[in-house]
Amino acid sequence: MKILVAVKRAIDYNVKARPKSDGSAVDLANVKMSMNPFDEIAVEEAIRIQEAGGATETIAVSVGPKQCQETLRTAMAMGVDRGILVETDVETQPLAVAKLLAAVIKQEQPGLVILGKQAIDDDSNQTGQMLAALLGWPQGTFAAKVTIDGERLKVAREIDGGIQTVDLRMPAVVTADLRLNEPRYVKLPNIMKAKKKPLDTLTPEGLGIDITPRLTVVKVAEPPARKGGVKVPDVEALIDKLRNEAKVI
Amino acid sequence: MSTLVLAEHNNAALVPATLNAVAAGLAIGAEVDVLVAGEGCRAVAEAAAAIAGVRKVLLVEAAHYAHALPENLAPLMVQVAGPYEHLLAAATTTGKNVMPRVAALLDVAQISEITSVVSSDTFVRPIYAGNVMATVKSSDAKKVITVRLTAYDPAPASGGSAAIEAVAAAADAGLSLWVAEELTKSDRPELTAADIIVSGGRGVGSSENFAIIEALADKLGAAVGASRAAVDAGYVPNDYQVGQTGKVVAPTLYIAVGISGAIQHLAGMKDSKVIVCINKDEEAPIFGVADYGLVGDLFKEVPAMTAALDK
Repeated sequence: MKILVAVKRAIDYNVKARPKSDGSAVDLANVKMSMNPFDEIAVEEAIRIQEAGGATETIAVSVGPKQCQETLRTAMAMGVDRGILVETDVETQPLAVAKLLAAVIKQEQPGLVILGKQAIDDDSNQTGQMLAALLGWPQGTFAAKVTIDGERLKVAREIDGGIQTVDLRMPAVVTADLRLNEPRYVKLPNIMKAKKKPLDTLTPEGLGIDITPRLTVVKVAEPPARKGGVKVPDVEALIDKLRNEAKVI
Repeated sequence: MSTLVLAEHNNAALVPATLNAVAAGLAIGAEVDVLVAGEGCRAVAEAAAAIAGVRKVLLVEAAHYAHALPENLAPLMVQVAGPYEHLLAAATTTGKNVMPRVAALLDVAQISEITSVVSSDTFVRPIYAGNVMATVKSSDAKKVITVRLTAYDPAPASGGSAAIEAVAAAADAGLSLWVAEELTKSDRPELTAADIIVSGGRGVGSSENFAIIEALADKLGAAVGASRAAVDAGYVPNDYQVGQTGKVVAPTLYIAVGISGAIQHLAGMKDSKVIVCINKDEEAPIFGVADYGLVGDLFKEVPAMTAALDK
């Protein structure tokens, strides 16, 4: 069985995003970019399944500009066997990405597809679910634990009230939540090795997919700023403020 | 054109988040219907029919809808979507699971976690952990939307008298089975509905130490939350997590204890009315958003606060 993982190049999680001064878009000039943290967890899970003998090959796919090659090289340095870039400079929204991934999946025929549950840039939390819909496959979103049992997949999912377990027919789509695993650190020799792994480039046109955005950003703005407050000297002063100034207790 | 809201429930009772989604639906301005799909869930349909402002409740009952499995629920929503321009659900883990699947089947974009309705095709939603608010316009004929709960007060649960219309079930897709749920049991208020939340972070140090957080919460009648660090360390279950990828909350009072205030945590609580932080590191970013900050050792200050509240 092959496992395919989708990886997104996104703003680094330590960077605070700001709108451009004209409010047209988020200012990403000279901002550090990394692999979306949830996608690192997805990559780690694919590699662990392969290391445990549950997969014959792992493939990472990314959609976006040429720089996404770096993201794919990171996935390969973690241990993925090869990479596929669907290269485009058009802003890709979740539905378009799901369609592109579905087209790649029809060629590659993996038994399991793992994605991060959401990207920390647009915070959409859509692509995995959309991909499952387009393929007609079941989905195990927000996964905390994944167990393959023959042709079935058990997924323990993080839900609002606790943990839910579902049993899915394979092939299936899984989206990774925070507690699925802890991604490994990439070692230098593996970075060197990753440079020699195969990386193919495809295009939306070649795959025959229309990726025209359906949503237009009218404007972006900073949310109303919270004023920093005051420091209180002790618990008594704090309770007094909460009772008599804020009147919340 | 009208709006369809997906009801979230456990077959016996409506999940309150549905009321917030209905409120967002009413904000769009068209008539609002509610879809209740489940097993033996007529009581839920009756509760939905009583929500103020709801026109009609669509009730679909079959065993394969009992657990809101998206493989079954999404095709059902598509089947009934015809007359509706807007399809809404609360941005809970259920709504987030089902709605993108609906959108893809309809070949439309989803607009996630809207916080305001500008017009019938234009909405505001937070991106980049809430550090940026984007106003987006949809060019699709149908709009599939999830609603950020903190942005809408719940619609009144009574006052309505909508008709309940039974709708035929679609076939079981046969792709997925529900196995089990381990739900955190607590007598405290539910995190997203609580007026007061006391949250602990890495600084709390252990699962046992969380007892001091819980004691303060119980004194205040509050819910207990946590930062990602505290959940990752295993101090508390995953469903306590407040933040960009956990729960988004906006209580009247949020007390952050031993939480430094990473942007991912702030994303989940910075719309709270009053924020208090207790932290020994006075340089911690949490002080930048707190209305009242107390620099001190949480192991001394939190029990002292619990005790002082009796006075």
